[in-house]
Amino acid sequence: MITNNAIASQSVQNKKKKYNNLRLTPVAWMSILIIMFWILVAVFAPALAPFDKADMVSFESFKLVEEASFLGTDYLGRDVLSRIIYGARMTLGMALIATLISFTTGIILGFAAAISPGWTDQILSRIVDAIMAFPSIMLALIIIGGVGTSLPVVILTVALIDATRVFRLSRALALDASVMDYVTVARVRGEGVNWIMFHEILPNTIAPLAAELGVRYTFAILFISSLSFLGLGVQPPGADWGVMVKENLQGLLYGSPAALIPAACIGSMSVAVNLLVDWFLHRSSTMIPEELMG
Amino acid sequence: MPLLIVRRLALGIFTMWIVSLLVFASTEILPGDVAESILGKEAPDEQITAMRERLGLNDPAYLRYWNWLSGLFVGDLGVSLGSGREISELINDRIWNTVRLAAVTSIIAVPLAVTLGLVSAMRAGTVMDRSISIGTLCMMSLPEFFVATLLVFVFAVQLRWLPAVPNVRPDQSLWSSLTSIALPVMTLTFGVLAHMARMTRNAVINVLSSAYIEMALLKGVLNWRIILFHAFPNALSPIINVIALNLAYLVAGVVIVETAFGYPGLARLMVEAVGTRDIPLVQACGMIFCATYVLLNLFADVLSILSNPRLRTQK
Repeated sequence: MITNNAIASQSVQNKKKKYNNLRLTPVAWMSILIIMFWILVAVFAPALAPFDKADMVSFESFKLVEEASFLGTDYLGRDVLSRIIYGARMTLGMALIATLISFTTGIILGFAAAISPGWTDQILSRIVDAIMAFPSIMLALIIIGGVGTSLPVVILTVALIDATRVFRLSRALALDASVMDYVTVARVRGEGVNWIMFHEILPNTIAPLAAELGVRYTFAILFISSLSFLGLGVQPPGADWGVMVKENLQGLLYGSPAALIPAACIGSMSVAVNLLVDWFLHRSSTMIPEELMG
Repeated sequence: MPLLIVRRLALGIFTMWIVSLLVFASTEILPGDVAESILGKEAPDEQITAMRERLGLNDPAYLRYWNWLSGLFVGDLGVSLGSGREISELINDRIWNTVRLAAVTSIIAVPLAVTLGLVSAMRAGTVMDRSISIGTLCMMSLPEFFVATLLVFVFAVQLRWLPAVPNVRPDQSLWSSLTSIALPVMTLTFGVLAHMARMTRNAVINVLSSAYIEMALLKGVLNWRIILFHAFPNALSPIINVIALNLAYLVAGVVIVETAFGYPGLARLMVEAVGTRDIPLVQACGMIFCATYVLLNLFADVLSILSNPRLRTQK
């Protein structure tokens, strides 16, 4: 009993130390504020936007006219601010759906591959290797070239690419965890694969997976807006940050920043999430191999 | 060692085969077929049948795959559906522009990134290391088209130093052809640099934390000797790997950059082909990019086997 108590008190101390380490730095504070800001904008978009995303408020394009709000008009004379606000909803929402799909499938398959070695692991790992042999943008271009573009196609393509990375990481993490004594004990106790997956392995791999969630979410944001920028994602008149950069690119030559603003929005969100993840990894000394992060 | 390299080469060829299968299969998942998607759903049946005949779509899939694959080997890539021109001709027009872009970028980015990574690793844990780390992280998180639009806005529109639209002609002088691709090269360098510097830093730190470096330190070996003669030979293999991986990353970068600047390269050709659903052209360009990517990765692996004495002597 004494030893048990000693271990318990030590683990409490470790926990305290861990939380002390997780004190927010100014960089982390700034990141959280930026992320919260964009989440609020996305959620309350219809209440915040002064105009509808498709309203043409003026006949003047790329101008700071009185009819439009302070960011001026885009190439069709629509209000840039309103489209940015609706774009937050579109870009962040699509990326969120793609990330959720990729995480559930990636983690379940990755854990399954690690716990049930043999042919399940072999087949899943070889399929993932084959998909990862493509540069991700090429894979997306080839799929969209074959199937044509639509929102579900874009979301599923991004989810597929993301899921392979999540699979790799969760398989590696689960392999490490599955040789631990508590997993052996659970096996001996006669617990099923599902129970072991969600009660033993998931709680013990949650920190690196949480960090990975952030990394994959920024990847999804960048990837979806890149596809939209190439004209292969969200189609006009839909408001998405990537589309807005593409359609206002010409305005740049007349000195209008209408293309720069949505690009900066994407940048601010992904920099914020990445800095937060970096802070978390740095402070909690969670390790993710660099080659799994890309 | 030869066995190890042969095995790696075989794996590379196998990967290429899988890639070609997947590229081919991507056009087969479509409900209906290519003929229908070119002519549209409302087209009369005779027209669709004629188009199928012309494209050879009536053959079974394995035969079409074989024809397509054997065509790739002899450089017969078929005819573009959009323009009706030979695909090999279209690609030949564009590919050298892309190669030039990638070559100039690597000449600038590789030495810069390795230096940055080395400095960061030698000063590990200091404020300087931390700021390089945060700086490169920010660079990595910014989308290429943000960097591209920002550079155009500053250097082409506000300062008017460089052309916003690269004007690539065959009869240009070296200087004007360099200034015309300056902005695309800067954008690409920005992205690759961050990845490469971070990975170089990690590789060197890994080596510096090993026992024989500590031994050398305790013996009183000079710092520069440790870096140059003890650490560098062992860090070479991971660094070569990093460089090859990042040149492979360029494959993805050019897609965005060529579109952002309207640069007449292979990636833009492919993006346009995807937009117009010109499937044979997409397949051909896709194969070129994927093959480059696979080959660069293969090259990196073989080089790191060669530069690692432990792997070199392994039977």
